[in-house]
Amino acid sequence: MAEMLLQVRNLTTRFRTEAGWVTAVDDVSFDLAAGETLAIVGESGSGKSVTALSMLRLIPRPPGEITGGSVVFEGRDLCQATDAEMQAIRGNRIAMIFQEPMTSLNPSLTLGVQVGEPLVLHRGANWAAAFAKAGELLGRVRIPDAQARVRAYPHQMSGGQRQRAMIAMALACQPRLIIADEPTTALDVTVQAQILALLKELTRETGAALILITHDLGVVARYADRVAVMYGGRMVETASARDLYKHPLHPYTRGLLASIPRLDAPTGQKLRPIEGQPPDLARMPAGCAFQPRCQVAQPDCTATRPAMTEARPQHWKACFVDAA
Amino acid sequence: MPHDPPLLSVEGLKVHFPVHAGVIRRRQVGAVKAVDGVSFTVRPGETLGLVGESGCGKSTTGLAVLRMQAASAGRIVFDGTDITHSSRAALRPFRRRMQMIYQDPFGALDPRMTVADIIAEPMIVHNIGTSRAERRDRAQDLLAMVGLRPDMATRYVHEFSGGQRQRIGIARALSMQPDLLICDEPVSALDVSIQAQIVNLFESLQDRFGLAYLFIAHDLAVVRHMSDRIAVMYLGKIVEIAGRDALYARPLHPYSQALLASIAIPDPELEASRPQISVTGEVPGALNPPSGCRFHPRCPRAAAVCAREEPVLRDLGEQAVACHLV
Repeated sequence: MAEMLLQVRNLTTRFRTEAGWVTAVDDVSFDLAAGETLAIVGESGSGKSVTALSMLRLIPRPPGEITGGSVVFEGRDLCQATDAEMQAIRGNRIAMIFQEPMTSLNPSLTLGVQVGEPLVLHRGANWAAAFAKAGELLGRVRIPDAQARVRAYPHQMSGGQRQRAMIAMALACQPRLIIADEPTTALDVTVQAQILALLKELTRETGAALILITHDLGVVARYADRVAVMYGGRMVETASARDLYKHPLHPYTRGLLASIPRLDAPTGQKLRPIEGQPPDLARMPAGCAFQPRCQVAQPDCTATRPAMTEARPQHWKACFVDAA
Repeated sequence: MPHDPPLLSVEGLKVHFPVHAGVIRRRQVGAVKAVDGVSFTVRPGETLGLVGESGCGKSTTGLAVLRMQAASAGRIVFDGTDITHSSRAALRPFRRRMQMIYQDPFGALDPRMTVADIIAEPMIVHNIGTSRAERRDRAQDLLAMVGLRPDMATRYVHEFSGGQRQRIGIARALSMQPDLLICDEPVSALDVSIQAQIVNLFESLQDRFGLAYLFIAHDLAVVRHMSDRIAVMYLGKIVEIAGRDALYARPLHPYSQALLASIAIPDPELEASRPQISVTGEVPGALNPPSGCRFHPRCPRAAAVCAREEPVLRDLGEQAVACHLV
């Protein structure tokens, strides 16, 4: 297999809560090739955001801790890196884009300062050069009148423009990996499509890999090369986007795809929801996390936790039951 | 069905919020025209979807229909009675027949009340049911109706998940035996696997009780699934209103087209062949909306007339559209 940009192995993160220790990311492994777009899909509490934060070692400690696993990026295990080494990587080799651009941008600093800062920190640029480059970057994310907007503050921009500015900031140091955590959830539908198209185009241009964290299966289909599905802190299925949608194997993935209304489906059909509730991480069921809601569960499923196995070429699932 | 008299008829509804300036000499300097001349009808047992992006006035429209927000102009006629200016007392029987389902199932229910009390409260307000025991029985029946266990009636809201809370909100609304439910983004705060449960619940309740829905949402796939007819709003105006199949098969207004193109379909092969987005920019503020057609600055097909003249909603048979170019 080609050299991987990122190899995550058995990553496990837990948090101390009033209900005891809660494992938010449970033995998660995946690979990412250079330039690839991987979507991590899951519902709230599935562990998709905590996976990303763990990779960047941004888990607040306490109450959180990474209890095991490795995150090998460009040949180096980030779980073993010092804080100073991590700081040299974040915003430089790996950049992150958060859901809420208003809370991720500093309201008291101009865009020029915020977009240019990674260049000063990581590239030793002087501020004059950083401002000039910030103007260029804002132009690249198609903020109109970019050179003048270097002096603008976040409150003077619309939600979509703020998210564009976040993308400009992420691109500043030409990262090899961009992690975007629900980057468009807070935005309007037409603006969402603009931002995602821009993000996809810019990663293609720069050759950066993209991890897109989302709950929207439509967005995944439009933008991802590969998909990892998470449920209850665990990865339950991973495959190329085409194969996953054509041959979903895990009962949870199948259930999700059957439960969403689609613009292209015939009308007048009932949706087929997944019955029951998502699992409470403090009281995880024995065996498979999905087993209490699963239509095809067997006795095995409550006894043992299924491991990821390659059920089709390059298509892994964590399920004992043969999907016919 | 088209000849049934409408249950709800909204004519030329305007909701304007005045904007003031000055501390000592306060004066009105403008108005946010949140809803600016909106007309539609909802027939008994029908679902009208109301879609649009944030700030288009869809929620304000819902609140105005319930008279929870005063209308600046226009008429709201419920079951033949003009309630636009009715007194609180005169409004009461109509309020019972129109109930609201909110987006946020966490904010809409009092955390200090048991589920039984939450469901019984409107019955007390409207003098339905005589004794406490009778109301409690009714609350338990309602819980069963929305797919919860009757013994959950003694619990508090924090013990329930988002989907369950939304069911409690629906049970509370049903306690009034309403004719119309105004649902404001009722599933958008829920997890994907739970949304379908609630959508199916809405459908089965409609079949069972002949409810009409004004279904306000931004998710066009959910709206398509739920609605008989759909009104697309942009900056306080309805730009297109049509039957479900007509709108989705052949959207006529450039904004409806852009909205539909923005929605990705969960099928990578199909997505690869679909035309990508066509609009640029974002929704401008409603304080100083663009001249002429409010969509013209973002419209890929805008002509000179679009900046000058406001298009009127024209009836084209199956659908009505407000666009100079159609």
